[in-house]
Amino acid sequence: MTDDLSTGYWDGARRGVLVLQRCTACGHVRHYPTLLCPACHSDTVEPLEASGRGTVHSWTVAHHAFDPAFAGELPYTLVTIDVEEGPRVLARLEPDPADLRIDQPVTIGFAPGAGGTPVPLARPA
Amino acid sequence: MTRDGVSLHDRAAVVGVGETSYLRGSKDSALALQLQASLTAIRDAGLEPGDIDGVVPVGITGAPAEEYIANFGLVDLRFSAVVPHGGASGIGALQAAAAAVNAGIAKHVLVPSGRNVSSGDKAGVRIHQMPQFRLVTEFEKPAGAIAPAQLYAPMARRHMELYGTTSRQFAEIAVSTREHAGMHGNAVMTKPITIDDHQSSRLIADPFRLLDCSLESDGGAAFVVSSPERARDLAQPPVHLAGIAMGHPDSPSSITQRPDLTKVGIAKAAPIAWGMAGLGPDDVDVAEIYDCFTYVVLCQLEDMGFCAKGEGGAFVEGGRLRLGGALPTNTHGGLLSQGHMLGMNHIVEAVRQLRGTAGRAQVDGAQVAIATGYGDMGDGGLAVLTRGSR
Ligand SMILES: [Zn+2]
Repeated sequence: MTDDLSTGYWDGARRGVLVLQRCTACGHVRHYPTLLCPACHSDTVEPLEASGRGTVHSWTVAHHAFDPAFAGELPYTLVTIDVEEGPRVLARLEPDPADLRIDQPVTIGFAPGAGGTPVPLARPA
Repeated sequence: MTRDGVSLHDRAAVVGVGETSYLRGSKDSALALQLQASLTAIRDAGLEPGDIDGVVPVGITGAPAEEYIANFGLVDLRFSAVVPHGGASGIGALQAAAAAVNAGIAKHVLVPSGRNVSSGDKAGVRIHQMPQFRLVTEFEKPAGAIAPAQLYAPMARRHMELYGTTSRQFAEIAVSTREHAGMHGNAVMTKPITIDDHQSSRLIADPFRLLDCSLESDGGAAFVVSSPERARDLAQPPVHLAGIAMGHPDSPSSITQRPDLTKVGIAKAAPIAWGMAGLGPDDVDVAEIYDCFTYVVLCQLEDMGFCAKGEGGAFVEGGRLRLGGALPTNTHGGLLSQGHMLGMNHIVEAVRQLRGTAGRAQVDGAQVAIATGYGDMGDGGLAVLTRGSR
């Protein structure tokens, strides 16, 4: 599941840090990883460690397990986050706040998911 | 209407349509259902299987064109294509078939589909085998974003937060669609539901409740595309393709990274299709709009220009989408109630409406119909169909 393109992301995830791609030619920051920079088409990148600061863009609360591996975690919140550096991440949100709202500040880290894979974990800032 | 080099305006006709029963637990394989629907569509047109010289199969489990050569004994298949747009593949296949017919590559192009969900064709499993969902599988599935309901729910939630759209407005779509399924007859779910039934159905992926979600069901649907000139000599009243276009949303393979979560691919396709047709939303008599989830209908209505972005909730209120309303929509019961046939059932129903053979669900005197597709996280297509003359 991991390939060269996303090695930087997964290495960072295991350290608990969100790692994005930054184009060394034009500076454009991107996620999810792509071979070419969509802004300038350069293929040279460097890893960029995100600050971990972001805001809520949207969310959903899962009440049905489409995979038995997640049945014990219901209900859980998946939050789409605008990361300070530009791209977004989809993260689990804990604890579930009663009144989630757009633009609410969050911090982003990682925690082991159902299969042991590190999963982005957001907390209200 | 002047015809420029890329226009397919009135250059193709849907000459035959066919469907199997829609049900759960079919004993027939997906291929058997595809072949049954195909034979029905071919004979509906007044053609024989040997007349087919083009095939564009629809669906990830769609059999390749070679199966039609083998089962129909075709000796000269001149055109085939693969359309990788999920639920927009029916419109994509119609576009490809129309282009092939217009170019003179083929005379009669078959577009078949069929599925049997008990044989592993469930969406939550299927999508992770597809290259279009590679990013979701690698980056989002570990967090628990597995099925389309969970991937699309943030689009609906954002719309609700920005524009005040409500779950009761989603319910309007579920209720009228179910009512139409009962009138159509060939549908998996025909028992009438109310807005309160919708509101008390269990949450699947908030804001989507069970009655916001389409069915997993078995069946087959197919149509045949020929030139308008050939259509005049065939068995059915011709239905002309007035305009058609496909569009991809920004960030097509990741909704998370999409700049505007409230827009899908049909926003790019619609102006092209309307322009090609020389028609617009006000001209539409009946609309068959891809409805994997209630919200997806509302979003497409906005993106096609039936109302402004953010006004979809108010637009669907008051029975506008019901038979007898201003914009009868999904008169067959759609994916929400008739069956999940990848939007192929929407195209079949649009054709029946324009022929005047839609039974109890007929919109009187329908002259202009649309069918839309939505798939693989937002690929979109719009086909504008009109009643042709002999
Ligand atoms: Zn660049």
